[in-house]
Amino acid sequence: MKRKHLTIQATILLILKYFSLIFFGFVAVIPVVSCVITAFKTSEEYQSTNVMTLPESWLNFDNFIKAYQAANMGRAFINSLIVMVCVLVVSIIVGTQLAYVLNRFKFPGNTLIRNLFLFASLLPGVAMQVTVYNIMSSLGFINHLYGYIIMMCGTDVISIYIFIQFMENIPVSLDESAIIDGASYWTIYWKIMLPLLKPAIVTSCILKGVGVYNEYYAANLYLQDKDLHTIATSLYTFVGPMGSQYNLICAGVIISLLPALIIFIIFQKQIYSGITAGAVKG
Amino acid sequence: MATWLADTKKWIKSRKGQQVLICVAFTVIPLFLLFLFTYLPFGQMVKFSFYKMKYSTPVDKRVFVGWKNYIDVFNRKDCFGALKLSVYYCIGAIIQLVLSLYLATVLSFKVKGENLFKGLMFFPYLISGIAIGFIFKFFYTRGFVLDTILQGLGISLDSLPYWLKDQKVNNWSLVATSVWRYFGQNMVLFVGAIMSVDAELYEAAQLDGANRFQQFRHIILPSIKTIVTLNVILSITGSLSAFEQPYVITDGANGTGTYFVVMNEIAHTSQKVGLASAMAVVLLLIIFGCTILQKLFFKYIFRDAESEEESYAAKKARIKAEKAAAKANKQKTMAKN
Repeated sequence: MKRKHLTIQATILLILKYFSLIFFGFVAVIPVVSCVITAFKTSEEYQSTNVMTLPESWLNFDNFIKAYQAANMGRAFINSLIVMVCVLVVSIIVGTQLAYVLNRFKFPGNTLIRNLFLFASLLPGVAMQVTVYNIMSSLGFINHLYGYIIMMCGTDVISIYIFIQFMENIPVSLDESAIIDGASYWTIYWKIMLPLLKPAIVTSCILKGVGVYNEYYAANLYLQDKDLHTIATSLYTFVGPMGSQYNLICAGVIISLLPALIIFIIFQKQIYSGITAGAVKG
Repeated sequence: MATWLADTKKWIKSRKGQQVLICVAFTVIPLFLLFLFTYLPFGQMVKFSFYKMKYSTPVDKRVFVGWKNYIDVFNRKDCFGALKLSVYYCIGAIIQLVLSLYLATVLSFKVKGENLFKGLMFFPYLISGIAIGFIFKFFYTRGFVLDTILQGLGISLDSLPYWLKDQKVNNWSLVATSVWRYFGQNMVLFVGAIMSVDAELYEAAQLDGANRFQQFRHIILPSIKTIVTLNVILSITGSLSAFEQPYVITDGANGTGTYFVVMNEIAHTSQKVGLASAMAVVLLLIIFGCTILQKLFFKYIFRDAESEEESYAAKKARIKAEKAAAKANKQKTMAKN
């Protein structure tokens, strides 16, 4: 009797479990899937059929080509790539160096520097842009890729925490034995720390890379010149006159999120661990 | 003079000198950037909030107006009043928290296709804000995606509201978008925290005959307390500064303009930099106040549990230290050889 009762309960739990997962899985993909469906429709098809009706042909790439050209996405991909590579290289070097110093040396101001960064992370970005804009314009950084790149390098806190956390697990005895062998601090950083930090660097590269790739608010403020659009801001092309041609817009949106999707599929595990590591400390 | 120079040279070559050099060299750039893009603008924000000015106004033409901008923030209907929209986002944040906690718990038990579900629900987090704007403008348009689905469930189109225009529902539509975007990310966070719980604890609990709910209540919840608390704090300050969804989907039209959307417009469209700065300062003060209050509140709630957790943390630290020491010893002996 008791056994039977248990199995009924277990079955209900099982059904509930899969029902909720499938339901919310659906909720998560439907907005994107409807976009994919629409992106493959010709204009007549889009006008005449319901949005959720499947397209006649899954090989109709016309919208993608049109959207790619209309938003000048080739140029935008190059800009996004330049911005990403520069920001990642600079912020990884600067971030690991700072983390090395903060983790390995006790000096007056160590805690102060940590707190300065922590406090900075509390300030909402949009509010700061009210006056960052003023600074960017007095430095002559507006409408220059380098200006935007320098600004993006300066607003990073989470990856520093990931690095510090990771360094705490690298034994200090490694440094000490290197010092006995006559290594300078630079050598220790460059030859010992940096190679050992590789997993943390990969994690922070992916997280920060996706963040930079998706950044549109500041890019829209500081890179208004059409030739300087990044992938995210190239989508602004579809605001206005093209605002109701959703088959075209959806194609543009899908193109823009493909790189993130590919990175996600390849680096799923690192992304998850990065999210967790960043949140615990931040 | 010569001895002073020699002394300096000697000092630079010494360990101590090397340490100072590397500390300075490695902190100058990040601190400079932090100063330039965070603390300098922060200072300017406070200063500008007392002036009437545009970005293009030359320094000597800016007019000092005292507290006028702050008085305006509280008196203008579109400024401070916009904060009441935060209530919507706060409720949304709570729903999001409960939902992601539930899904994380479900995923922490044996589930087929765990990675697929996790991936599907997480992916919205990786879509850029502007793309989300387009996706949901499309999603909510009259007769489009959402309406089609609801019609499929047997609801007639006439009884459905205009999701983005009708002031009764449009804020909820935006909040739903925000939940859609972040619940998967929250869930991954919680799954990570649950995974860090010792698996033996579950086995022991199961042997003792604890059911799922009891397992959740007595094992999972206490162990992820910190991260849940952190998320509660983040979601309240986050809902005060809600910005992205209304900015990209409705541009603040039809009563969806949150505080930051209004501030953004005042700063970059109307160019009333002084007023916008005052708005920013006011909200920052409110956010700090909230953060401090919440920290105190949670400290008060968790004051009993603290000692227990501490001993656990201490135990963990001890084990870690022992392991590190063993490893170091091994390396030392290896180095000697």
